[in-house]
Amino acid sequence: MVQSSQLALNIKNFFIEIGELAYFSSRFFRELFSKPFEFKELLRQCYNMGNKSLGLVLITGFIIGLVLTIQTRPTLEQFGAESWMPSMVSISIVREIGPIITALICAGRIGSGIGAELGSMRVTEQIDAMEVSGTNPFKYLVVTRVLATTLMIPILVFFGDTMALYGSFLVENLNGDVSFFLYFDKVFHAIEYSDLLPATIKTFFFGYAIGLVGCYKGYYCEKGTVGVGIAANSAVVYTSMLLFIIDFIAVFITDIFI
Amino acid sequence: MLEEISNITPKFNSEIKTILEIKNLKKSFGNNQVLNGFNLELNEGENLVIMGKSGSGKSVMIKCLIGLIEPDSGSIRVMGQEITTLNQTQFDKLRSEIGFLFQGSALYDSMTVRENLEFPLRHHKERFEKNLDTTAFVEEALTNVGLLHAIDLMPSELSGGMKRRIALARTLILKPKIILYDEPTSGLDPITSKEIIQLMKNIQKQYKTSSLIITHDVDCARVIANRMILLIDGINYVEGNYDTLKNSSDEKVKAFFK
Repeated sequence: MVQSSQLALNIKNFFIEIGELAYFSSRFFRELFSKPFEFKELLRQCYNMGNKSLGLVLITGFIIGLVLTIQTRPTLEQFGAESWMPSMVSISIVREIGPIITALICAGRIGSGIGAELGSMRVTEQIDAMEVSGTNPFKYLVVTRVLATTLMIPILVFFGDTMALYGSFLVENLNGDVSFFLYFDKVFHAIEYSDLLPATIKTFFFGYAIGLVGCYKGYYCEKGTVGVGIAANSAVVYTSMLLFIIDFIAVFITDIFI
Repeated sequence: MLEEISNITPKFNSEIKTILEIKNLKKSFGNNQVLNGFNLELNEGENLVIMGKSGSGKSVMIKCLIGLIEPDSGSIRVMGQEITTLNQTQFDKLRSEIGFLFQGSALYDSMTVRENLEFPLRHHKERFEKNLDTTAFVEEALTNVGLLHAIDLMPSELSGGMKRRIALARTLILKPKIILYDEPTSGLDPITSKEIIQLMKNIQKQYKTSSLIITHDVDCARVIANRMILLIDGINYVEGNYDTLKNSSDEKVKAFFK
């Protein structure tokens, strides 16, 4: 009985949180188009997020390209289909692995950072101080960060994909003496707009989700250092879950129309 | 009790204007009635100290005043304007006339001291001359708190007392007519506390501000208060000057001065 009432409470809280997140999201769009625009802070956030995450994304992308190629090669060799490797790897990376892995890395790197930063600003009354000084903290802190992640994740995915393909080429080159131009010629022949377009569009949604959840968790952080920890942690957990949901919806829609 | 003490409260002549007025302010959190009909009048150029036990609602009252917490009912008039009827733009404009010194200083820890002080100026350029050179304002405010040399330091490089002074400088940068102090000496050693109190007195003289000071510190109250209010059970339990309250026969009042 106690367990079922606890379950009911958890479900209720879950839906309340969904509602609050939806309201937070609608407020973002309201504030996005109203003056004053915080361009300087937006550029600073874009630089911080892009610059600080680039190294991690490049290394991860490179390793994924290597691993994917190394592990797939024996299976393709059994069928004598090694020549399909660039096509298979490129489609896998561009359509699915590149965007989702990069987004997950950024959820951990950027989402938790935003949650912790805004959380500690809330706890130490810095957000209140901003409000008192006549600055709209939602606009200054939330709108700029959500916009920055929405714009930067697609760029990071592009770099991550490129490095993954380069990693894959490296394995192919060492194993089969495939030239750079031949490998990438096959890659570009395999990839079509119908692969690129949905994959690129969904990265904007990934970026939006990372920024929105991180900001939401931090902005409404509960008091105390424990609250900051919870904000950072739950930002990653919720965002990761949301990324897979968005990915599923994107794949579902792509499957219907393309 | 209130009537008894108010008979010996110093009378301000009719030329002195009331700059801030709270009438019948009520605020509760769930079943906890924090403010239960609190009243207050702050006159121009006056230092009014509010004392009360921890959790008595002092900070809630001051946050209602600045719009960080919405009161359940009651009237708050600042410089003749009822704040509950103002729109956001009007309220932001009014807020620029009110400085707020937060208990924990609330300096923006990702910004230097200079940037902290420049921040409130961003949206209030109309209050200053054209071709605003913010450096002059920043340097003036820092000189007044004796910390010009700290202009390019980060908040993490400052001591507790320095942080409080910088926060005070940030409060002064918009040249407010009213300054609200939330526990200005809490967490500071006795010597630094005295320095901060002296600084508050100097600022009041130099900027001709009216001050509302929330404190537990009896020494602070003794030095700075023109008038005091004890906030007990959500109401202004007793009101008068320091000596009057110190010599009160009421047990609840005496407890503060032991």
